[in-house]
Amino acid sequence: MPRTVRDVVFVDGVRTPFGKAGPKGIYHETRADDLVVKAIRELLRRNPGLDPAQIDEVAIAATTQIGDQGLTIGRTAGILAGLPQSVPGYSIDRMCAGALTAVTSVAGSIAFGAYDAVIAGGVEHMGRHPMGEGVDPNPRFVSEKLVDESALFMGMTAENLHDRYPHITKQRADEYAVRSQEKAAKAYANGKIQADLVPVSVRRTNPEAGETGWGLVTADEPMRPGTTLESLANLKTPFRVHGNVTAGNAAGLNDGATASIIASEDFARENGLPVKMRLVSYAFAGVEPEVMGYGPIPATEKALAKAGLSIEDINLFEINEAFAVQVLAFLDHYGIADDDARVNQYGGAIAFGHPLASSGVRLMTQLARQFEEQPEVRYGLTTMCVGFGMGATVIWENPHWEGK
Amino acid sequence: MSTTAELLKGAAELFPDEVVTTAHVRHFDLPFGAGRFALITLDNGFDHTKPTTFGPQSLANLNTAIDQVEKEAAEGTIVGAGITGKPFIFAVGADLKGVELLKRHEDALAIGKGGHDVFKRLSSLGVPTFAYYNGAAMGGGVEVGLHCTYRTVSSALPAFSLPEVFLGLVPGWGGCTVLPNLIGADRAVTVIIENSLNQNKQLKGKQVYELGIADAIFEGADFLEQSLLWTASVLKGEIVVERAEVDRGEGWDAAVARGRFIADSKVHGAAPAAYRALDIIEAAKDGDLQKGFDAEDTALADLIMGGELRSGIYAFNLVQKRAKRPAGAPDKSLARPVTKVGVVGAGLMASQLALLFLRRLEVPVVLTDIDQERVDKGVGYVHGEIDKLLGKGRINQDKANRLKGLVSGVLDKAEGFADADFIIEAVFEEMSVKQKVFAEVEAVAPAHAILATNTSSLSVSEMASKLQHPERVVGFHFFNPVAILPLLEIVRGEQTDDASLATAFGVAKKLKKTAVLTKDAPAFVVNRILTRFMGEIQNVIDEGTPVETAEKAIEPLGLPMSPLVLLELVGPAIGLHVSETLNRAFPDRFTVSPNLAAVVKAGKRGFYVYDSGKPELDPEVAALLKQGDTVLTEQQVRDRVLDAVAQEIGLMLDEGVVAEAQDIDLCLITGAGWPFHLGGITPYLDREGVSERVNGKRFLAQGVASVPA
Repeated sequence: MPRTVRDVVFVDGVRTPFGKAGPKGIYHETRADDLVVKAIRELLRRNPGLDPAQIDEVAIAATTQIGDQGLTIGRTAGILAGLPQSVPGYSIDRMCAGALTAVTSVAGSIAFGAYDAVIAGGVEHMGRHPMGEGVDPNPRFVSEKLVDESALFMGMTAENLHDRYPHITKQRADEYAVRSQEKAAKAYANGKIQADLVPVSVRRTNPEAGETGWGLVTADEPMRPGTTLESLANLKTPFRVHGNVTAGNAAGLNDGATASIIASEDFARENGLPVKMRLVSYAFAGVEPEVMGYGPIPATEKALAKAGLSIEDINLFEINEAFAVQVLAFLDHYGIADDDARVNQYGGAIAFGHPLASSGVRLMTQLARQFEEQPEVRYGLTTMCVGFGMGATVIWENPHWEGK
Repeated sequence: MSTTAELLKGAAELFPDEVVTTAHVRHFDLPFGAGRFALITLDNGFDHTKPTTFGPQSLANLNTAIDQVEKEAAEGTIVGAGITGKPFIFAVGADLKGVELLKRHEDALAIGKGGHDVFKRLSSLGVPTFAYYNGAAMGGGVEVGLHCTYRTVSSALPAFSLPEVFLGLVPGWGGCTVLPNLIGADRAVTVIIENSLNQNKQLKGKQVYELGIADAIFEGADFLEQSLLWTASVLKGEIVVERAEVDRGEGWDAAVARGRFIADSKVHGAAPAAYRALDIIEAAKDGDLQKGFDAEDTALADLIMGGELRSGIYAFNLVQKRAKRPAGAPDKSLARPVTKVGVVGAGLMASQLALLFLRRLEVPVVLTDIDQERVDKGVGYVHGEIDKLLGKGRINQDKANRLKGLVSGVLDKAEGFADADFIIEAVFEEMSVKQKVFAEVEAVAPAHAILATNTSSLSVSEMASKLQHPERVVGFHFFNPVAILPLLEIVRGEQTDDASLATAFGVAKKLKKTAVLTKDAPAFVVNRILTRFMGEIQNVIDEGTPVETAEKAIEPLGLPMSPLVLLELVGPAIGLHVSETLNRAFPDRFTVSPNLAAVVKAGKRGFYVYDSGKPELDPEVAALLKQGDTVLTEQQVRDRVLDAVAQEIGLMLDEGVVAEAQDIDLCLITGAGWPFHLGGITPYLDREGVSERVNGKRFLAQGVASVPA
């Protein structure tokens, strides 16, 4: 049968505020599945034009798929969110790029014609599921020197990236981090972030963590407005003695969930749903696992090539700030200044946090807001590095673009 | 220290074992820039299996939390305050254990006043207050929310009630006064009187909203988030809550009258709680809340010091606790699995039993009878009942298919019972018939199979006596209607072994029945007491007291139905049969009424006709009655009947028919529907002095189902 590839659009995205992982974090007594359920329900409330029975799939990413992130969370979250039983769901994993991969996977299926409208998102509760929980790496990785041992520890791969690019100094990384905090604080002050957050009620029974009882979380917990270079200068470098990577110039360990509606453009328009971004191309690429932070560069090269675009065509960047060095390596590669105004306008993961598999949709949600504000921009991209040596990039077109 | 705090401190000293609820105060910013909010969480530190309650220390904790919030409101640091519960539970009201300990009227008054003094602060805190009914809310739990300015409810809330009247109290922390002023007297009567007296019927979240108790309803998945967003909108003035105008005219009076009618039809004036509640509701018409609170305090204290409430709590604990741990049951590890059930007989009783076993055990159930027609009819009955359940949506088609696939009927016992683990007979009530049936069953059933009898009055030991393995015979006596009455008397025959008995208790639990262990004594428990009770009434009628006087004499007990209406329900022939059985066993105490025999012989199904809509003595029955000339007063009749009951129970306990008087009461509540305010019957016999008069001692120690000494 003849087929036509269909345009795929980002209809809307929301997320929970992000929390700090650990016993004093805001979500310490909140289940991971409840976080993603709340995001899905908010998305449905915001988009009454989407009949839940018309949702073709629920694709939810999580890196550690056990406990409250296991049991095929895409399916269980759909049921818990009150979606009709007829709506299926599945789980997905590409570590940090989980939610991004959820979006691209369903986007491919929409373009193919298998789906019309889908919920895609991710969740990671790093407090309940610390990185590396339950992993069992094959001993051949080390015995056959397939990868260096440092490849398993993301902080070490970031130090390795500093080694590769000696001109990316700790000073530059810290300066970048300070700017990220400043931009995030400014975005909050201007109400750019809150509009896409779903408030989450949280219970606390441990008095050491603060006031007990039920509370309501309406803002990201990891933010450190007022961060200065001086305050970053003396932080420990936990991954290497006299190293460059600190808690200040990297994203922390976080809890949070995201969800988005991805649909065919026709379906969105027929149902009166917003069209916030149009998918242009996407690509994934593998790199040496020891320098996984390099991943966004080849991924972006591929995505640009597929779209027939060059980096000059991209006027807004949402780069996941797992580590400042990884962002700087990307910017250096393309000759973009560290403080270029097109990059992470609202700040990034260094300020907001990075609950691994959930972050991809946060990038998209923020890019979508920026598209709306900046109709002079035609193309933007979301990109992130991924553990075990990968990069992921999605290029988007601004539907509000005013042309020429 | 405030007077409220002092009051509660004194009360807390009387109740050192309280499971204390903490009132946590947590602050946060509401969405939409609505401002800083203080949320109080009620939490006793346990999971949802131990619901949050209010004892004096818990109230004091809430009072302290309100002190803090009130101060913040005065200082302008918060714009509103809320109250909610731990997961799945809001709060389920006063801690009854603390109520039982109260000995003095003034202490009881302090509990009522203490609750009021704390709760009512939520209505005048200086900022709007919000209750978020997130989960089960009962009694004082409901009431604490009623004092708030606004309420939201979760659509997932499974149980919401004011059960006080059911137990023998009034909703006395504001319920009787605030609720009718909030939702109108008629709806308040539904919640406070009608639901409470209707087996403590619970409301669901949706009904709480529809009744107007809650101003908004949100789904369970993000109930608290949505409640707080709604709160923010209310505080910003974006949402204005509008409530229906309350009818303070004739509607209010009519509601109270309806409440009195319901109370009369349920407790016949025999228990004061409903009437006290209605008095307060009636007086609340003028909207004077403090006057109503004072009346609630007095009513609470009076009722706490009264026997009906103590009996009510005692009865509640029997059905909630003792029923779950049957006294004298062997260790459950001895029980054998039951994977197939046989039913001998396919008549109505047998078919009802087959349906019950089928639905609860979900194992193959085989009916047998003497001819194919009866077997087919029995299986057909079960299929029909399954279809009815399907039609009502109680089960789905898959379940209906499964159940129908599990039930079968055969003529040949060998074919049906060869692999059955539990075989119950419900054949004609005649020893020789039952012995013959058991002998046939034993010949074909596996060696381990339990042989159970549903006999209501025959000796289980005698029934077993001719078997090769009499140790596996147990009595399994159900009460009609089988699907409704919870009681199951499990009878241990002389030779019944522990494994068989444990298996029987295991089956009873799966059947969701209240199992009580009884000795193999004539008519066991309920039928023996009811027969003695009925026999004494029959005696006074036979001796010359008019039927009407005899019936009226029993009304002050508030039984669910009059003795002669009960006889009609049981069937005069069955009543006569049981009385004959007991007469053979105890001829000095159990008589066989010649008048009853005449009624049965005439084929009458009861004493009354209902042509006028009310029961009236059937003239044909009246013509049959041959009465003497001894006419007793109502008081004399009542004394004679209660004396007989007290004597019989005393003898039963001496004989060891059951372990304790508590088991007698549990049987009467769950098998005969005798009311909570009587505590079954022994608390009533104790408090009326009947026990002392007849047996020279109480059945229960002072302090059990009564005010402690």
